[in-house]
Amino acid sequence: MNNKPKIGVYVCHCGVNISKTVDIDAVVEFASRMPNVKVVRDYAYMCSDPGQLLIREDIEKEGLNRVVVASCSPRMHESTFRKTLAAAGLNSYYLEMANIREQCSWVHEDKEEATAKAKKIVYAAVAKARLLEPLYEKEVDVEPATLVIGAGIAGIQAALDIANAGFKVYLVEKTPSVGGRMSQLDKTFPTLDCSACILTPKMVDVANHPNVELLAYSQVEDITGYVGNFDVKVRKKARYVDVNKCTGCGVCSEECRLKNRIPSEFNMEMGKRAAIYLPFPQAVPAKYTIDPERCLFLTRGKCGKSPKCVDACSAGAINFEQEDEIAEFKVGTVIVATGFDVFDAARKPEYGYSDYPNVVTGLEFERLVSASGPTGGAVVLGEGEDAVVPKDIAFIKCVGSRDASVGNEYCSRVCCMYTAKLAHLVMEKVPGANVRIYYMDVRAFGKGFEEFYDRVRREGIRYIRGNPSEIFKRGEKLVVKVEDTLTATPLEDEVDMVVLAVGLEPRKDAREIIDILRLSQSGDRFYLEAHPKLAPVDTATDGVFLAGCAQGPKDIPDTVAQAKGAASSALVLLASGKVKIQAQISVVDQSTCRGCGYCVEICPYGAIDLVTVNRMGNLAQAAEVNEALCKGCGACAAACFSGSIQQKSFMDRQILPQIAVLGVM
Amino acid sequence: MSAEYQPNIVAFLCNWCSYAGADLAGTSRTNYPSNLNVIRVMCSGRVNPLFVVNALQQGADGVLVSGCHPGDCHYMEGNFYARRRFGMMKELLEYVGVEPGRFNMSWVSASEGAKWKDVVGEVVDKAKEAGPFKQFRRDKINW
Repeated sequence: MNNKPKIGVYVCHCGVNISKTVDIDAVVEFASRMPNVKVVRDYAYMCSDPGQLLIREDIEKEGLNRVVVASCSPRMHESTFRKTLAAAGLNSYYLEMANIREQCSWVHEDKEEATAKAKKIVYAAVAKARLLEPLYEKEVDVEPATLVIGAGIAGIQAALDIANAGFKVYLVEKTPSVGGRMSQLDKTFPTLDCSACILTPKMVDVANHPNVELLAYSQVEDITGYVGNFDVKVRKKARYVDVNKCTGCGVCSEECRLKNRIPSEFNMEMGKRAAIYLPFPQAVPAKYTIDPERCLFLTRGKCGKSPKCVDACSAGAINFEQEDEIAEFKVGTVIVATGFDVFDAARKPEYGYSDYPNVVTGLEFERLVSASGPTGGAVVLGEGEDAVVPKDIAFIKCVGSRDASVGNEYCSRVCCMYTAKLAHLVMEKVPGANVRIYYMDVRAFGKGFEEFYDRVRREGIRYIRGNPSEIFKRGEKLVVKVEDTLTATPLEDEVDMVVLAVGLEPRKDAREIIDILRLSQSGDRFYLEAHPKLAPVDTATDGVFLAGCAQGPKDIPDTVAQAKGAASSALVLLASGKVKIQAQISVVDQSTCRGCGYCVEICPYGAIDLVTVNRMGNLAQAAEVNEALCKGCGACAAACFSGSIQQKSFMDRQILPQIAVLGVM
Repeated sequence: MSAEYQPNIVAFLCNWCSYAGADLAGTSRTNYPSNLNVIRVMCSGRVNPLFVVNALQQGADGVLVSGCHPGDCHYMEGNFYARRRFGMMKELLEYVGVEPGRFNMSWVSASEGAKWKDVVGEVVDKAKEAGPFKQFRRDKINW
């Protein structure tokens, strides 16, 4: 083989990021004495065009056949330099990165120490580079369809964009209706658009779109496969109502024996619904659902002489025999838009949320001021003749956000503005109201936010800087105990009602999708994006993208923007129709494989099978790798007794020299 | 000895969690001892137990294997295999007389840059306590 290693080593200064603590000249000098190294160069920014050109020219002129780039983490620029090699006509897997930035110059202050370590890192990379082999990326077809999980505004927007581009979308929603959290909102800040007015047209569009298959009241059970070829299994939960027959007339709900007896989830349990219900008037699809946990007939097998809904339904749509169905289909990409939960205010017992009915959360208050809410939009406390209009209303911000004591150090990004909006709505609805807002900081960072904040302050809403320590009852009033930290005055403000501006949290069932799609979580427990800046909608799993608050708290404009970003990323794959698959997969030397099958058992992807091979006339069992299924984890290589199965680019004979160098130096 | 004894530690880090966590420690400009040398593998499940012995033979004074938190493996089960294998490996090494502090396992996620710094500190301290390791060492490097 005329493939004797000729290695080029390229040491990057990264401005001063590396050169500040690593003596570049010493590393260059050291590298030039390493075996098989033909060229060593250093440059201010290796990843820049001139830097990459250095490498290209050396490959072309000096005949280099291996390249070591000593710069940042391979997680950062490995793909950049692979392209450089390919552009020079060299197989891109003849590259090895030496990470002398993230794991050397940035973490060691002593120049001598950092230089010594950089030398070792470069030497280990050269030791491995000598033994690298060319790899070839295979292409597979991309199934021209997308699965969108969650039909809030993020999922709806992503689904619409992809469907409008001409690709099939399966939109799966856990609850009976699309719309998500946005459908619960009354007005949206800072423009005070009516939330339902801007959302419902999109809800209808997505449900009626010829390219969208809406699977409402359904749950993703399992996803297997890989980018371009995911096999999806969805459980369509039984509604006990035949959606093809249900006209959405609502007579069943009127007749239900449990009418006005069951707390309505949509109204944050403030209003009441029946056991057969539509979550809210504009629900899409406008089909009724029977709550299997509450319905008398389904829980006790008996509902009077006969269930009233059955008698009432002239379309004959009610079917208590209905069972869950499993839908199976194939998609090329997946968008996760599962949204958020609001912080459970009971976890801050000092605010008395569990004790006093007139302490409510922001989302509950949202339902109270909404025209479609339990009070028809009137701000009232209590019911019937006891109903009173609260005049003194206090808002407390950052409840469950920026609070390490409840494990949420992050800012929820929407509470400052929704508080301002709700306060404004109080001023509109309750003449002469006295509104106080207790805050730590006001973060009005978005477009039009600061202007809106100014506007509500001019309306006479008082902002008091201080984090209340306690809320307790004194007579008929609630007392907010707080120190005004701008004047250093302890206050005990008497109010009629307290609204807790609860923050956003990852969904309580966030784990389900993690288990299905192998997503990671960031420190705040939201789903982790592939890169916080440059790949904010991607995940570590190719072909799986994130949109909306599942990735972190955000407002509606940011959610829509991210949903469009996720849709665009999915469309790149769908439109090109092809995707390159993992090249660093396992490979078997069938001439030495003893056919024990340990690798078959250990492979998490079922990518290895035992096959019969002809070994010089003798039939024997040997392992074989399915290249499309192998993900390249290398678990099989560590289990193999004879070293017959190896992971490309991470072979025993490529790792052992690294160990040798690092051990001996 | 003029300076304090500095152990040489070889660490195997999985690409998705621990290596990313170590990168984050760098991005966050933490500061930790330089005794630890990293070999990146795609998954802690790729680390053959013999790599550990090999590192000790080649001159390492300590070895660390670090992966994703159990249950969070990018490859679903790889770190479970690692946990099982290296649980046994640790006992075997202790049985043949290698000090317990020389071989360590840790679970560091991509968001735990600060934890990585702590892990490095801990592993280096333990190796310092155990002192230079000669028992397995080969006379000649072999590659």
